[in-house]
Amino acid sequence: MNPQLTRRRFIKGVIASGAAATTTGAWYSATGQDRPSGFVERLIRLNVNGQTRSVDVEPQETLASTLRYKLGLTGTKLGCNRGECGACTVLVDDTPTYACSVLTHSMKKGRIETVEGLESANGDLHPVQQAFVEELSPQCGYCTPGQVMSAVGLLRANPNPTREEARLAMAGNICRCGSYDSYLDGVMRATELIG
Amino acid sequence: MAYMHIGKDFTPPDVPGKVTGRIKYAEDYTREGMVYARLLTSPIPHARVVDIDAAEALAMEGVLGMLTADDVYPDGEPQSTGLKMLTNEPTLVGEPILAVAAVDEKTAETAISRISVTFERLPFVLDPLDSLQPSGADAYNGGNTFVFRQGFAVEKWSADQVASFRAGNEPTAEPQQTVAYGDLEAAFGESSYVYEGTFTNAGYPHHSMEPRSALAYWEDGKLYLHGGSQSLTAFADGIAGVIGVPKEDLVFVNAATGGGFGQRARAGSIPIYGVPAKLSQKINRPVMMRITREEEFTIGGARQGLTGWLKVGFKPDGVMAACDLWMVSDNGGKGGGADAYSAADCVSVLYQADAVRFRGTAIGTNTAHRGAQRGPGQNQIAPIISPILDAAADELGISRFDIRKINTPMTGDVGGPQRTPFTSAYMPEALELAAEQFGWEERQSRRRQTNGSKVIGLGIGQGYHNAGRSGMDGIVMMSPDGRLKVHNGVGNLGTYSYASTSRAAAEVLKMPWERVDIITGRTDLHLPITSPQDGSNSIFTNTRTFYGAAQDMLAKMKEIAAIDLGGAADDYDISNERVHQIANESIGMTFGQVASRAIELGGKYTGSADLPEELAEWTQISVSRLAGTGFMGVFHDSVHEGNPPGFTVSCVEIELDKETGKYEILDLINVAESGTIMHPKGMENQLVGGAVWGIGLSGYERHLYDPQNGMPASTGYWQSKVPTYLDTPVKIQTGWVDLPDPENPVGARGVGEPAQGSVSAALTAAITDALDGHIFGASPITADMIINHIAGTSENSVPLAQNNFRG
Ligand code: FES
Ligand code: FES
Repeated sequence: MNPQLTRRRFIKGVIASGAAATTTGAWYSATGQDRPSGFVERLIRLNVNGQTRSVDVEPQETLASTLRYKLGLTGTKLGCNRGECGACTVLVDDTPTYACSVLTHSMKKGRIETVEGLESANGDLHPVQQAFVEELSPQCGYCTPGQVMSAVGLLRANPNPTREEARLAMAGNICRCGSYDSYLDGVMRATELIG
Repeated sequence: MAYMHIGKDFTPPDVPGKVTGRIKYAEDYTREGMVYARLLTSPIPHARVVDIDAAEALAMEGVLGMLTADDVYPDGEPQSTGLKMLTNEPTLVGEPILAVAAVDEKTAETAISRISVTFERLPFVLDPLDSLQPSGADAYNGGNTFVFRQGFAVEKWSADQVASFRAGNEPTAEPQQTVAYGDLEAAFGESSYVYEGTFTNAGYPHHSMEPRSALAYWEDGKLYLHGGSQSLTAFADGIAGVIGVPKEDLVFVNAATGGGFGQRARAGSIPIYGVPAKLSQKINRPVMMRITREEEFTIGGARQGLTGWLKVGFKPDGVMAACDLWMVSDNGGKGGGADAYSAADCVSVLYQADAVRFRGTAIGTNTAHRGAQRGPGQNQIAPIISPILDAAADELGISRFDIRKINTPMTGDVGGPQRTPFTSAYMPEALELAAEQFGWEERQSRRRQTNGSKVIGLGIGQGYHNAGRSGMDGIVMMSPDGRLKVHNGVGNLGTYSYASTSRAAAEVLKMPWERVDIITGRTDLHLPITSPQDGSNSIFTNTRTFYGAAQDMLAKMKEIAAIDLGGAADDYDISNERVHQIANESIGMTFGQVASRAIELGGKYTGSADLPEELAEWTQISVSRLAGTGFMGVFHDSVHEGNPPGFTVSCVEIELDKETGKYEILDLINVAESGTIMHPKGMENQLVGGAVWGIGLSGYERHLYDPQNGMPASTGYWQSKVPTYLDTPVKIQTGWVDLPDPENPVGARGVGEPAQGSVSAALTAAITDALDGHIFGASPITADMIINHIAGTSENSVPLAQNNFRG
């Protein structure tokens, strides 16, 4: 992922393009057309949760599709599939990234982490996960994996954020249940657990 | 009262699965041989399908079948409002016309692109008042309104009547519905301050985070349906009828639901689940139907818009004497709810007016499906009425806090047109607590203080929703290992009420929480019927059922102990997972031993005999399947007396920038009055979540449609402006009264819905305060509207328009 592409610039781009979205949408909006003749799917290698995974990836396939439907990593959620909500957030080289809005082919060199990769080998929850449990941060839980990944990304970059800094860093993750306050409680609790 | 579980924090068992991503939502499942369905939806707001040519699509390799409205309604489509599974008579853009199943989604989408549908275009309308015009278009085939038991009808006003209403006057047309109590004329006669004006509440989508995707397959004559709902058994009970499968042949799998907010409570809200179910039956393959965000916008429900006129009178002492409300409800493209009536009911409850009249008419528009959304009606009226109370207070020389105390509901009062008594009402305590925790009085000196272009505004508001039902069933089981199994049919949409209500059973049997299993998540685990989980009712309703089921088990435990150990059942009590003689605790049996004996004895002890007569059919099926497999406690809850209210009180301080029209919420408190608190952290979540919804209602969320073609312009999160972290305060304060309600065995009532209304009431009051008392009479109040007001620019739009850009 281009390190110059900040979340803010990314979101701005998405808002502009969102206006052109279709009214009903398509699950495979980029690939719902007929395939060009001679189309060949490509086997590529991805570094996901510390493992190298070989996977057949179509040219227009998003990382979220690959993770969910090819690699079975359904912890990464799709809330909008159009770069608005953050439910699909994963880390790419430690940077929170909307997996619905990047192409898997552009991830070949990236280190991808999903919510499934956070627990330690002995099954202990990551401090962010533990904190979210303690603070009962989730409500319906659908946005939770994305919130977890954004919080992990934040704490790697800044292990001691203020609540206000956490609010800014998490701003790309919508929670329709409105559990923002509980997630921020969770992030602040996680800073204590990380020590 | 000292409880073992009630009022204590705990970790609901699904929370670890939510933070690890392990818990499964409907779309996370796969099934061997699974294929995919995609929908063809209407590109036109009002049309009739004349012809469908799918020959080319169906001949494509990988295409397995198609489902149309003719397939699902062989005897013709229902001629009523309400969502349909599929339709040949679309009344909104995005309404599903047909579905195609294929080996993958790309193939299904390509097939859909090759289907030619010929539509006959019909006139469409986006604003209820436009439809009321003599020449206005009608949203439905057969009229612009639906009359219960009569069918579609046409409702028209004269052009003068519409123009007069738009100009701010009381409607003079005949309403469809009138409900009233008290002597309105006399009450206005006693009033020394009277406010009169029009208002609008914009409709807006639910936008649950999880789109309503579903997987269906048939195995051994049973339909397995993976979906998301708020209600689990109540939903399954209903969707069996919608799909046309016997209740005993449906297995509904639903471990977690990504939000509902009213539009996943009942089967009528999600008939689309019938599409994969029927396609699966037709092609004999498991069918996954993934729903996009845009489709979720269309069929996922929306709040009713209200266009109203109101007149409110206050006596010199601040008592609300009269409230006269006239509302035109926007029923959208598929019919709506009873929000307007509920709004009037809410005013009656919250402010105890001597006389209330509600008049209303509900009109369709070719816009998204409307249905119950968090506090339907109660929450729309909250931000409208709150600034009017403040205007009255200022006019009458009463403090804005006192005018709410003067009019407060309390225990012994009645509310609503039916004059129903409250089961209890501790609103005075809630007002005091919120004001004290917030420092309401101390902050008054900051009111309207300016700093450059910025000005401080303060607001206080109240919320209400009736919060409890009865008439449902409870089942608890125990196996020889002595573990308690609470069979819980409450849905899991994020309130954790499925877990909180289970604790009522643990409380009765004094069971340590780690010895209790909640049996839930799929209906083949044999769960009792519950009320649909809407209307903030689950806590009240289902603590009653599980408490009752556990009481039944407790009584049976004592009987079994008396049979085996002598004496009468009354000679026994329980402690430390043993039933023992009261006089001599050493004489007793462990719960595990009692369960073993119950299984030996059979009959009523295992659910094989002497069941409560009134058990619902759904519960009877579950009990019959559990009978003989373990020690059973079972209970049917009789009807309770009175109206259990859920109340909230909120205070807000904002800093509004007159140059930008934007404001920052500096401080916000949301206080609950919902009887005994079951689960403090769960309560906190409801209060902070409700606060975010209140912020959206007051300031941001609304439907927008292109008047030229009826296309929705707010299908996504950003355009419909769901609040984000940055629209909400850095910290939201919460609190609660925690006094027991006598109609509930543990004293609890619900609160999820009013938690939004009170914040919206307080925030709109604060915006009004910052603008020197200017009453917009609208939700939302957008930054543009604020700027226009400050600039003295009149709004560049049609007054009282719904689904349109305003300001
Ligand atoms: S699913 Fe990727 S941002 Fe919403
Ligand atoms: S917890 Fe439901 S969307 Fe965030």
